[in-house]
Amino acid sequence: METVTGPRGSAEAEPALTPLDDTEVRRLRGDFTLLERTVNSVPLVYLDSGATSQKPQSVLDTEQHFYENFNAAVHRGAHTLAVEATEIYEEAREKTARFIGAGPDEVVWTSNATEALNLLTYSFSNASAGRGGEAARRFALGPGDEILVTELEHHANLIPWQELAFRTGASLKYIPVDADGALRMDLAADLVGPRTRVLAFTHVSNVLGTVVDVAALVELARAVGALTVLDGCQSVPHLPVDVKALDVDFMAFSGHKMLGPTGIGVLYGRRELLDAMPPFLTGGSMITTVTMERAEFLEAPTRFEAGTQRISQAVALAAAIDYLDEVGMGRIAAWEEHLGRRLAAGLASIPGVRQLGPAGAARIGTATIDVPGVHPHDVGQFLDSRGVAVRVGHHCAQPLHRALGVTASTRASTYLYNTDDDVDAFLGAVADVRGFFGVGA
Amino acid sequence: MSDLEQLYQQIILDHSKRRNGEGLVEPEPGHAWGETHQHNPVCGDQIRLRVETDGGAIRRISWEGDGCSISMASASVLVDLAAGESRESLLGLVAQFRAVMRSRGAIEADEEALGDAAAFAGVSRFPARVKCAMLAWVAAEQALAAADTAAGQG
Repeated sequence: METVTGPRGSAEAEPALTPLDDTEVRRLRGDFTLLERTVNSVPLVYLDSGATSQKPQSVLDTEQHFYENFNAAVHRGAHTLAVEATEIYEEAREKTARFIGAGPDEVVWTSNATEALNLLTYSFSNASAGRGGEAARRFALGPGDEILVTELEHHANLIPWQELAFRTGASLKYIPVDADGALRMDLAADLVGPRTRVLAFTHVSNVLGTVVDVAALVELARAVGALTVLDGCQSVPHLPVDVKALDVDFMAFSGHKMLGPTGIGVLYGRRELLDAMPPFLTGGSMITTVTMERAEFLEAPTRFEAGTQRISQAVALAAAIDYLDEVGMGRIAAWEEHLGRRLAAGLASIPGVRQLGPAGAARIGTATIDVPGVHPHDVGQFLDSRGVAVRVGHHCAQPLHRALGVTASTRASTYLYNTDDDVDAFLGAVADVRGFFGVGA
Repeated sequence: MSDLEQLYQQIILDHSKRRNGEGLVEPEPGHAWGETHQHNPVCGDQIRLRVETDGGAIRRISWEGDGCSISMASASVLVDLAAGESRESLLGLVAQFRAVMRSRGAIEADEEALGDAAAFAGVSRFPARVKCAMLAWVAAEQALAAADTAAGQG
């Protein structure tokens, strides 16, 4: 199915190598109706894309277009509509796979990244209980085995591993961060050892926006034969990501943070690994033969997709990918890096405000701050009165906040539709926070 | 006054810095007391609050906690208001405060009864912040219930 409309003005857009600039970003904004609204009688400045992105008209139209023209259950039924719906649905999978450099059989649809990581850990759990036979033995964990994560992790890439460790008797270890929130790569080599079976880590910190050295960690894991699991939630929407180049075994990410709808996520896995893993959710559409006593399962990815699937969401995610591809991930990454630098430079000149995270680290366009004397919820409330939408709290990363010596923080996260003016509106509001709350001079 | 100024009235900002009753105090021997820990997982605000009674009247409320200015100021205001009140009248004030907070601005706060707590009326227009304002008051209610079951403990 063709995308309904692409990025506005893309037909006469410059060759893809021209950097994205403020003028083009303003044109792209025209595709995002929501960004035109006001809050508290002032224009909305949306800086919470790290939580969820806004959606271009083409994504909304594609989902509606699917329901109006092609809606049917996929992978069952022989009528024309069912065949067409299945084709569109599988095309979405192929497109998503291409977007991350994977094969189509290596993309498993899930509801979100959290479900993707739970699918993985429960599959390992089932392998540990003996399911999946000899082929699944490589995923089986028990006492003496170690799962290694990092102190940067979002709870979604921490708690499933904690629970897997509890269920199997394996131990959970972590690579700590320093006081600035930089991963202690000097300790990583000592923490990865012959007992390490899984190394699960984030590509980009959802709190700090800092980019983790994937190659170095993958090299350590490969040397001991450990499986690598990458949390791509904050990288896939913002950076060109190629799973083969990164050489990871698994990666999880969400559709709604990359212009797609909620309710769709992806677990990428190497083909031979997915095919050897026992299923997590079981039921209809994931089997070959069923008797009253037992069932045989289909190959991946269908093995992991029991029940009626998220069809319109997958199709709409493909439209989001079309949009991102037309703008170009490299250009998006460069623009957000520019916004990130503008944020960092502006924050450095505001007294009594501290940007969290290691200075000078590679980052996406995200800035997270601490304003000593003013609680993040009060900061967020004040910003909201100026129309500036940011995330406040612990951002589902309590251990990282503890390591940074704060209980909560305020995060501004940009995307391809944010302008220099958005950044400046945030900076202007932040500069007035301490005065409003009567803190400092 | 803008909505924001209604929310953050000077009296609230002052209490958020003054923090009456901050720092847990050992109960006096012979007094009944109860303690509770309240936590708002959405924002991380938390408070540990201790209520001490002589059987009938509230003798002391002390607390320690961490959170936004609304939650901290609300605890400070509660400590002032509760001193010397009977158990029943404090529970009545909690109920009155809760009704104002949940009213979305429809119920006017009775300044005579609620004192500085009446300044929190503006919070009721910000549904996301009502829990912040209620944190210490819910803690006091539960600590009183705990004091009842531990009556005579000292």
